[in-house]
Amino acid sequence: MTYSGFRVIREALRGDLGWGPAWRDADPKDHYDVVIVGGGGHGLATAHYLASRYGVTNVAVIEKGWIGGGNVGRNTTIIRSNYLLDGNEPFYEMSLKLWEGLEQDINYNAMVSQRGIINLIHSDAQRDAFIRRGNAMILNGADAELLDEAAMRREYPWLNYEDARFPIKGGLAQRRGGTVRHDAVAWGYARAADRRGVDIIQNCEVTGFRTKNGNCLGVDTSRGFIGAGKVGVAVAGNSSRVMALAGMRLPIESHVLQAFVTEGLKPILPGVITFGAGHFYVSQSDKGGLVFGGDIDGYNSYAQRGNLPVVEDVCEGGMAIMPMIGRARLLRMWGGIMDMSMDGSPIIDRTHIDGLYLNAGWCYGGFKATPASGLAFAHLLATNAPHDTAKAYRLNRFETGHMIDEKGMGNQPNLH
Amino acid sequence: MIIDHPLFGPRDASEFVYLGDASLMDRPDWKSETAAQDFHAYAYLRDNPAGPHRELWFHEGGDRSWLVITRDTVTHEITRVELARDVARKQRAPQ
Amino acid sequence: MKDTSAEGDVRQIEPASPGQPNRLPGGRLDRATTLPFTFDGKAYSGHPGDTLASALLANGVRLMGRSFKYHRPRGPLTAGSEEPNALVELRSGARREPNTRATTAELYHGLVATSQNRWPSLRFDAMAINDRLSPFLTAGFYYKTFMWPASFWEKLYEPIIRRAAGLGALSMKPDPDEYDKGFKHCDLLVIGSGPAGMMAALTAGRSGADVILADEDFEMGGRLLSETFSIADQSGADWAAQTVAELSSLPNVRLMPRTTIIGAFDHGIYGAVERLGDHLAQPAQGTPRQVLWRLTTKRTILAAGATERPIVFNNNDRPGIMGAAALRTYANRFAVTAAPRVAIFTCNDDGHRSAADLHAKGVKIAAVIDTRPDAPRATDYEVLAGAKVTDTRGRLGLTFAEIALADGAARTIEVGALGMAGGWNPNVHLTCHQRGRPVWDDAIAAFVPGGTLPPGMVVAGAAAGALSTHGALSQGAEAASAAVSELGNRTDPDNLPEAEDAPVAQTPFWYVTGADRAWLDQQNDVTVKDVKLSHREGFRAVEHLKRYTTLGMATDQGKTSNMAGLAIMAELAGKTIPGLGTTMFRPPYTPVPIATFAGRIKGRAFHPTRLTPSHYWAKEQGAVFVEVGNWLRAQWFPEPGETHWRQSVDREVAATRASVGICDCTTLGKIDVQGTDAAVFLNLIYANGFAKLPVGRVRYGLMLREDGIALDDGTAARLAEDHFIVTTTTANAGKVYQHMEFVRQCLVPDLDVQLISTTEAWAQYAVAGPNSRALLRKVVDPAFDISNEGFPFMACGEVTICGGLRARLFRISFSGELAYELAVPARYGDALMRRLMAAGQDFDVTPYGTEALGVMRIEKGHVAGNELNGTTTAANLGLGRMVSKKKDCIGSILSERDGLNAPDDLRLVGLKPVDPSAKITAGGHLMATDGPVDAAHDQGYVTSAAFSPTMGSMIGLAFLRRGADRLGERLRLVSPLTDLTVEVEICSAHFVDPEGVRLRA
Repeated sequence: MTYSGFRVIREALRGDLGWGPAWRDADPKDHYDVVIVGGGGHGLATAHYLASRYGVTNVAVIEKGWIGGGNVGRNTTIIRSNYLLDGNEPFYEMSLKLWEGLEQDINYNAMVSQRGIINLIHSDAQRDAFIRRGNAMILNGADAELLDEAAMRREYPWLNYEDARFPIKGGLAQRRGGTVRHDAVAWGYARAADRRGVDIIQNCEVTGFRTKNGNCLGVDTSRGFIGAGKVGVAVAGNSSRVMALAGMRLPIESHVLQAFVTEGLKPILPGVITFGAGHFYVSQSDKGGLVFGGDIDGYNSYAQRGNLPVVEDVCEGGMAIMPMIGRARLLRMWGGIMDMSMDGSPIIDRTHIDGLYLNAGWCYGGFKATPASGLAFAHLLATNAPHDTAKAYRLNRFETGHMIDEKGMGNQPNLH
Repeated sequence: MIIDHPLFGPRDASEFVYLGDASLMDRPDWKSETAAQDFHAYAYLRDNPAGPHRELWFHEGGDRSWLVITRDTVTHEITRVELARDVARKQRAPQ
Repeated sequence: MKDTSAEGDVRQIEPASPGQPNRLPGGRLDRATTLPFTFDGKAYSGHPGDTLASALLANGVRLMGRSFKYHRPRGPLTAGSEEPNALVELRSGARREPNTRATTAELYHGLVATSQNRWPSLRFDAMAINDRLSPFLTAGFYYKTFMWPASFWEKLYEPIIRRAAGLGALSMKPDPDEYDKGFKHCDLLVIGSGPAGMMAALTAGRSGADVILADEDFEMGGRLLSETFSIADQSGADWAAQTVAELSSLPNVRLMPRTTIIGAFDHGIYGAVERLGDHLAQPAQGTPRQVLWRLTTKRTILAAGATERPIVFNNNDRPGIMGAAALRTYANRFAVTAAPRVAIFTCNDDGHRSAADLHAKGVKIAAVIDTRPDAPRATDYEVLAGAKVTDTRGRLGLTFAEIALADGAARTIEVGALGMAGGWNPNVHLTCHQRGRPVWDDAIAAFVPGGTLPPGMVVAGAAAGALSTHGALSQGAEAASAAVSELGNRTDPDNLPEAEDAPVAQTPFWYVTGADRAWLDQQNDVTVKDVKLSHREGFRAVEHLKRYTTLGMATDQGKTSNMAGLAIMAELAGKTIPGLGTTMFRPPYTPVPIATFAGRIKGRAFHPTRLTPSHYWAKEQGAVFVEVGNWLRAQWFPEPGETHWRQSVDREVAATRASVGICDCTTLGKIDVQGTDAAVFLNLIYANGFAKLPVGRVRYGLMLREDGIALDDGTAARLAEDHFIVTTTTANAGKVYQHMEFVRQCLVPDLDVQLISTTEAWAQYAVAGPNSRALLRKVVDPAFDISNEGFPFMACGEVTICGGLRARLFRISFSGELAYELAVPARYGDALMRRLMAAGQDFDVTPYGTEALGVMRIEKGHVAGNELNGTTTAANLGLGRMVSKKKDCIGSILSERDGLNAPDDLRLVGLKPVDPSAKITAGGHLMATDGPVDAAHDQGYVTSAAFSPTMGSMIGLAFLRRGADRLGERLRLVSPLTDLTVEVEICSAHFVDPEGVRLRA
C-alpha cells in the first residue's frame, strides 16, 4: 500500500479501516541468503538497500525485542556531515544525500528537516580548527559556512553574547544539517524492506553463531536455528556481547549517553546549536520540545540510564549559552548504550569468520549515519567488498595504525 | 554514584575521572617478539562485559590516587575498591 | 429531556465566600484572607490554601486550557501534579512560566495567569478547526503524506506544523531568579506524606534515625487532606497535623514540603527539587526560587500513593469531567465544587465515596452511574447500577451526560461536572528508575512495584497496592521498622492508630464499548480510535504504541493515560495487560526547570576563571585577555595610538627581538618529580632519553600516548640527581599529570618517585631578547653567575633574586632569542613582574602577550597546540629521531605501526605566500598549483599562520605529504570556506635564526 495525501484522505473518509500493518510480523524461515542481526535503524536500512539496490531479497532482520527499540529511538535526531577527516567526511556526506531523498525512496515521511546546524566558535584556535574542518567539508562536496559574531547575532539574537564565560565569536554552519523524526526512520525502512520481501522477525534473540571450517552457517536464536549464506551484525551498544558469541574481542567499550527533552514550547529554535565548549547541543522538535544532550557519563555501562552530575553539567551548559531556557521544564531524561570505539569512528567490515560481517562502533553518532551505514553494509554483504565511502572503517585499522580519530583523543573511548 | 575510597571512605563519583578496563595495568613487555600484537591487544581490545567489570578511576578531585574498582556495568553496583598501586605491586610480586 | 444549559441551573449551594459561586463550606483554607488574582486578564479571588485550579473552579471557571492537537476546550482532570489539561502561563515578563499546572500552582496575592496554545482567545480558538479535521489527523497520518514535492517539507508543511505545535511560550528573557544546589545525607528518606509515609517517618523518627520526609505538596498529609476518614478518633487531616507537629519537634527529622523526589539514581542517591519561591509573587530577597538537592540515603521508603484513572467514553474530555477523587479533593480540601450538579461514573466503591462526600458538602448528586450490576445502593441520591456514560455534551464545558442504563434504555442527565472513578494506579514510577519492571496485581487490576527495586528502597501504602488507610499505616510502620533495624536502630512496637480497613478490590473497567472519539491521552489528543489504528497497522508493542500515537508522551508522561491505552491494545491484540508489558518510567517524576539543574551556574559562572598572579598588573596596563582553557592570559598590550591589534603585536615582536620582552608563562603546567628513580621514570614517560641529563641542565622532551601519537611537549629540568621539574603545555597540564600518575601507580609501582603538580605554586616569566641577560643581571643576586659560560643555553638552577628571594632560573627559549624563564613562588609573581618592568626601563623592556608569543614561535618553527592536535606522530612533527629505540617508553611500540609510518606521511613544513602581501590562513588546505581542488587532491593543511614582522609577510606552519622533501616547491593554499586561494612556497619551518645562534648568544 503506497502512502500519499490522497490515500490519507480516502482512508479517513472510510473510517481509517483500510490500513494494513506497516510491516509483517514474520516468523523465521529455515534459511536466508542474508540474516541481519539487529532490527535497529542500521539493520533495517541494510535490509532495505540490500533489497532495493542489490536485489537481495531473501533476507531476514532478526531483533531480540521490538524493532527500533534501541538507539534509533533514543537519540537527539540530528543529521549533519560536518566531519573533518577524509576517512569520515565522504561517508557522512553520502548519508546526508541519502537523507535528502529518503522519503521518496522509502515512501514514508520521516520528516527530514534541513533547518541547519551551527557549531559555536569561542576562540581563534577554535576558528582555525573549524576553518580546516569547513574546508574539508567543502572539498568533499558538502556545504559549510563560516559565520562571524555579527552574523551569529543576526541569526540567533538571544544567545548569551553579553555575559558569557566563553564569548561567542562566530560559528561554523552547515545549512543542510538538521533533524529527522527518529522512530519514523526505523519504521519507514522496515516497511520499505518488508514491501520487497524482507522478513522482519521480532522477539528473536541470537544466542550463538554456528560455524564450520571457519565459515558462518547461520545463527542460533531464541526461536531456533536460522541458516544463512551471510550474517551481518548491526547491534551497536551490544556489539561486544554479541560478537563475544563468535569468540571476538572488539576495540569497543559500551557507554551510556543521556538525552533530554522539555515540555512542548512554541517555536524558538529553528536549527541545531552545538556548544562544544560547554558540552551542550540542542534542537527543537516539531512537537515543540527542546531536545538536548551533552557528554557521555564516562564509565562503561549497559544500564540505559545515567546519573545526576551529567544532567546538571548539560543543563549548566545550556544556561551558559541560552539563559532564556531557564524556565523551560525538563520533561524526560533517558539513556542509550553507545558502542564507543577506540578512535571514535565506526567499523563496517568482514570478520575472521567467512560469512560473518560486522557493523559497529558508532559512538554517539550512529543516527545520522543510518542511511549510509545501511547502504555501505548492504554493499559489503552483497559484493564482499567495502563501499567506496567506507573503506577506512576496517576492523584491523588499530593493528595497522590507520586510526580515524576526529577528536585526536587516542585509544580512550570515553573521550571521543 | 558513590565510591568507597579505601583511605577516605565514601566519596561522590564526580570527584573521580574514569579511564577504562583495569587490564590497562598489564602493559606488555616491549622486548617480546610479539610486542606489536601484544600492544595492539593491550591498547585496543576490550572484554567490555555486561556484568562485573574491573576498571580504573583517578581521584582527580582528591588524593590523586588511581583506584581499581569492581563495578557491575548493568546495575552499577560497586563491590570492591582497591588502590591501584597495591594491586599493581601484588601483581608484580614473585609468586 | 429538555436541553437547557447547566450554567443556568438553580444554585444548590450558598456561596461560602463572596464572589466565589462554587465555594463550599469547610476545607483547609484561610478564609480570613482573600487573594485577588487574574486569569486571561479577568479578576477573581481565592484564599490561601487554594491552588489556581481550585480558585478558578470556585469562581465558576471550568475552561482553563486547550489540548495540543485538536485544541479541544479543557478543564482540570485532576487535583495534582499529574494534570495534563489545565496548563497555563504563570506570571508575566521574564518570570513567565509556560505549561504550569493550575492544579499545583499555589494561589498568591496578585497571581497572574494566562491561557496558552490558543488564538485569539481561550473561548474562541481558531485552531479548533483541527477538531473538525480530526478524521484526517489520526495517529501517524503525517508519516504517510507531506512527501511531495520533497522541498515543500521545509518550506511549507513543516513551518505550518511547527507554528501550530508547542504548548506555552517562553518569555525569551534570561530568568531573573536564583537557583541553588545542596547535598543532604540521611538514614531514611520517606517519599510522600500520606498515611504510609507519615507513619513511616513517625516510626523511624521516634527510633532516633535521621529521617527526611519529602512531599511535593505544600501541605503534608497526602491523601488524608482529601478524605473524611478518621484515624484514632480524629479526622485524618487532624491526625496528619498532629503527626507533623510531633515530627517537627524531633531534631533528627527534617520535613521537606514542596519537595519533589524526581529520580532514584545510583547508590542510594535521590534527586529532589525543593520549591522555595513558587508560592510567592517572586522569591524572597536572597532566597533561591528552587533548590536541587542530592540526597544520599541509606534506606528509602517510597510512599508515593496512587493516581486515580479515568474511564474512557466518547467526549470524556470536556471541562467539568475529571477524576472522581479529584472532585472529592476539591470538595473536602479546597471547599470547591466544579459545578453545582455533579454525577459520578464509577466501576468501584471508591466512586461512591466521592458521591457521599460531595453530597455531604451540599452538592447535588445527579446520579451515580456504576458499571456494576450489583452496585451498592444509596439513600441520598440515585445509583444507576449496570449503567454507563456513553457520551457528553457541552462545547466549553459539560452540560449533559448521556447514559445507557442497565436495561439498554438511554437517559440524558444535566450536570456541570462528572467524576470518573476508574480505580487507582499505584505510583510505581521511582521503582522503575533503575530499570525495574512493575508486576501485575490481579486483585487491584493494576501494576505494583516488582522486579528489582533500586537498592535500599522499600515501597509502602497505596504505592505498593495497599489501598486502605489501615493498610497504608501498617505498611509504613513495618517498612520503617525494618529499615531502621537494619541500620541498628530500634523501634517501639507502636500501637497503630485505628483506621478504616475496607477491603479494596478493583474490577477493571477501561472503556465503554463503542467508544471511539474517547480520550486516553487528553493533552496529546490520543483517542481509542488511534489505538485501534495503531493495532491495525502493526504498532502493537508498548513502545510502538507509545511512539506511533504519542500516547503517554505528554507532560504527565502517561500518568493519566497509559493504563487505559495498554488495556485497549491488550484486548485488541488478544493479550493480557502484563503480557503486553509496560513502558519505562524515566526521571524526572514531574518536569523540572532547566535552571534548577544548573543552579548557580550561568553566564560567567559557567566555568571557574583562573588568573595568574600578575593578572591585575596586566589589567592595569590595559591588556586584552584571551581564554586559554579556564585561564585568562594577556593577548596583547595596546599602547596609546594603536588602533588595530596587529600594530600592538608587531611592536611587541619587534621590541623583543630588538631588545627585551617579558611574557607571563605561569599557565604552563609544572610537575615536580622527585625520588631516586625520577630519571628512570622520566625515561619511560618521554620518547627521548632523560637518564643521562646532567644536574643543572634542561632538555626538551616529547611525550607520546601509548598509541604512539604525540601527547605533549615541554621541558624537564634537573635540579638535583633526584629532582626534576617537568613543564607541559597550558592545555594539557591536567591530562599529562594524570597520565604520569597512571604510569607511576599502575605500571611502575615499585619505583621510588613522587609527583606533585606545582602549576599554581610558581609564577613564571619568560624574559626574551638580546638584552634579557642584562636585564636579569639587575634582578638575580650577584652571587649567581649567569654569564653565557656560567649559565649556558639549556642551563637551569635555583637562584635568589632581589636580595634573597628564592627563585628558579631556566635558560630556555620559545621565541628563538637569548631567553630565560624565571620562576618565583606565586605570591611574588605580581611583585616580580613590576620589578622586571622597572629594571628593564633602560632597555625599553616590552611586555608581550600570547599573540606575539605565537608569532615568535611560528617564526622559530616551534610546535604548539595547533600542531599537537592528537593525531600527529613524532615523525609528522619532524621529531621522529627523538623516539629512542634503545629503551622502553610509553608509545614506542605502537608508534612503529605501518599506518603511522607511510612513505607519503605528513611532515611539518613552513610556508609563505609567493606574493609577500598576500594573506594566508590556518585551516587552509594545500593543493598542486594547478589541477582539481578537491579532497582527492588534498596534500596537507595549514596549522598555524601569522604575520611575521621579522619576515615582512605572513608565514605559516603546515603538515604536508612528504613535506621534508619538498622545500622550495610551490603549492596552492585553498580555503573555500573563507574564499581564499593563494600561491605559497614551501620552506623550512625555521624562519628565524635556523642555526640557533641567537639563543646561544
